[in-house]
Parts: sequence; C-alpha cells; structure tokens
Amino acid sequence: MNTTGTRLNCRAGMILGGCVLCAMAALWLVQSMTQERIRHTQHARQTESLLALLPDGPFDNDPLLSVQWLEAEGLGSRDPVPVYRVFRNQQPLAAVLSVASPDGYNGEIQLLLGIQYDGTIVGARVTQHQETPGLGDDIELRRSNWIQGFTGLSVTTTRAQDWTVTQSGGQFDAFTGATITPRAVVHAIHRALLWFEHNRDRVFAV
Amino acid sequence: MSHPTSTPTYPQLWRSGLWQDNPAIVKLLGLCPLLAVSNTAVNGLGLGVATLATLLVSNTLTSLLRPVLDNAIRIPIYVLVIATTVTIIELLMKAWLPELHASLGIFLPLIVTNCLIIGRAEAFASRQHLSASLHDALSMGLGFLWVLVLLGACRELVGQGTLLDDAHVLFGDYAKAWVVQLFDADHGMLIALLPPGAFFALGLLLALKNWIDALQTQAPASDTAIESPVTDPVT
Repeated sequence: MNTTGTRLNCRAGMILGGCVLCAMAALWLVQSMTQERIRHTQHARQTESLLALLPDGPFDNDPLLSVQWLEAEGLGSRDPVPVYRVFRNQQPLAAVLSVASPDGYNGEIQLLLGIQYDGTIVGARVTQHQETPGLGDDIELRRSNWIQGFTGLSVTTTRAQDWTVTQSGGQFDAFTGATITPRAVVHAIHRALLWFEHNRDRVFAV
Repeated sequence: MSHPTSTPTYPQLWRSGLWQDNPAIVKLLGLCPLLAVSNTAVNGLGLGVATLATLLVSNTLTSLLRPVLDNAIRIPIYVLVIATTVTIIELLMKAWLPELHASLGIFLPLIVTNCLIIGRAEAFASRQHLSASLHDALSMGLGFLWVLVLLGACRELVGQGTLLDDAHVLFGDYAKAWVVQLFDADHGMLIALLPPGAFFALGLLLALKNWIDALQTQAPASDTAIESPVTDPVT
C-alpha cells in the first residue's frame, strides 16, 4: 500500500469536495437572490402578452391566474392547452386561447388568440415558430402588422370559404414568396373560432 | 501542478488574443455558438459579453486555485468553476435581461462547452499569476467578442439591411431608436441570416485575416513575428 499516494488522493478529494461545496453555496445564494425577480419578470411578461389580446379592463380576476387546461383537438394540440379567461361583474367577458397550427412550412406554429365572449377576435399573436426568416416570419408583429388584420373578425363577419389566403380565393393577403405560412395561420385561427363556438361553456366554466 | 512558466508581456498577451492567436479566427474555438448566434450584431454582442464574463471568472478562480490544483482533480475543478459561473450568469440574465436571455436561447448554457474557456484555464491560468491571467482572459474574450460582433453586423447588414436591430433587448427601451436601416433588403440576400450565411461570412473573414497577415510578411519585416506565448493543447 502506497501511503503517500493515498494521502495525496485523500487531499485531492478533500479539495475537490470543498470546491463543490463552495460552488453549491454560490449557486444557492444567487438563486435565492434572483428567484423572486425571475418569477416577477416572467409573470409581468406573460400578463403583458395576455393583456394585449384582451379588451380594456378592469376585470374581476388576474387573467394569468384564471388559467384552465382543456383537452381541445380543435385547437391543434393533443395535449391539454391553457385557456385564460377574464370576467367582469361575474359575467364572462373574453378568453385567450393557445392555438397550434400543424401545417406550417417548417414545424408547428404557436399562437395566442384573444376572443370576446360573442366570438369576435380581439387580437392574435404568434408566440413560436420556425418559419423561414425574412419570408414566413412576417406573421410576427415585430416584422409586419399582418397579424393585426384579424382583429374584429368572427365566423359571422367572414364566410367559411373566405378564411384562407387570396391565392386560394380567400380574403387574407399572403406574403411575397410565402403562401404556406400565412395560410396555416389563417386556417388555425378559423378552426379555433369554430371550436370556441361549440365549447364556449367549457371555456368559461368556473 | 503550478510551475510558473515564463510569463509573456502584457502587449504580447493582447496581440495574441486580439489578432495572432485569436480564439475565433485563428484557433477556431467555440465555432458552434459563433456561427449560430452571429445573425445580428446585438446577439453577437450579448453572447460575446457573456463569454468574456465567464472567461474572466474562470481564469481568476483557476489562477487563485493554483496552489491546490492537483493533476488528478484539475479537470473536474475547471468544469465545476465554468459550469457554476455560466449558471450564475444565466440566472442573472433571466432576472435582468429576459429578452436577451430568450434570444440567446440554448447557446447561453452551452458556453460551458466552449473549448476556449477550459482551454485558457488549462493552458494559461493554471500556470500564471492572477494579473497575467486576467489580461489573458480580457484579450481572449475581447478577441472572441469582436469577431462575433463583426460577423453579426455583416450578416445583419447583408441579410436585412440594418445595423443594431433589436438593440433594446440589451440596452433597454430607449435603444429602440438605434436601429439603422441602411437599405431595404427585401429578402434578397436572405441566405446571410441563415446558417449557410454564417459559414460564408466566417470563411471570408478567415481569408481576409490571412490576406492581411500575408501583406504584413511581404512588407519589409520591421516587426519580427513574436512567437506564440503559450501552446494550446486543447483544440
């Protein structure tokens, strides 16, 4: 038995253990310092994005806390999706639905869709997509105001055959060089509106 | 294992990091984040600063830990120091720069795997005193940063005709006005923003660097080439 070697290894192990403890302490310290602020920032960001898609306040409730997870194949997802509701004077006012479109050019496009109780769109925003930068990403509000064209529409203002891009005989503009992306968004929003018509009671169930 | 090898002078260190042994365009370290995040100047700056901060902390700690660094445990200690630093930077960025955090995405935690950082710890900071290690971290970090920003600016300019787009994610809302639209790109050179554009831009930059070096050697050799102060085992 090489006692010198063992003693050396023992010392090295102690040093390594000490370093691990220091690292853990540092991480714990920073995490406890930032935890509250990170939660606050995330809550503020999410609330801000919901408020942009809801009618003007005041509401009875915090939209973020009124979330309800629903199984809704009509919204494009097999898993339960979050639905945020707001009420005024105990009456249902509007909801924000999380909508997915499976038929984008490259993977799924995810949207948030704000709808008033009567089925009129308050607003829509794309939250996640991998469409071609510079062509398909005009669906994002920071690139173009195309997505704002949905505000005020509903299944009663716009006939079913008009819910597609102009190239296919509908009423929505496509972008130069990109038809698939806007068509996927238009179709997903139309499907979500139809789903909402049939599931309004589920959405606002308390 | 801390035999203080001969310490290069500070001007040598800076020359080495910024140009001669530049981590990005000579050593070609950390190419994955370099290519992926250099689609705009602001993204490049964000990742460059995060990498620089990690390098500063890891070189400092490695140099301070020299007396206890043992051959058997030095690699785990580098990894521990680097991973802890990156996690702390990520937490701080999540709290104070959430938009930049979102736009850097996975490439922020992946700084842990950037060979540049563990390379400097092993090849330099574990053998040199604190002050030299700090100079080394600054010069190498800034060398990486200027390449990231330059690549980002070129790709942004060619791809979408702007400079400093999205500056507000780094500098706050008042920076929204900083964006310069030089021309309306109209998607003509879209490829510059896509991954192939990153390879083209880096290739051109490497060629430019070599061309400048070749010009200097042809010119009457007033300054003789300084030999690389350290040999880098990690590539």
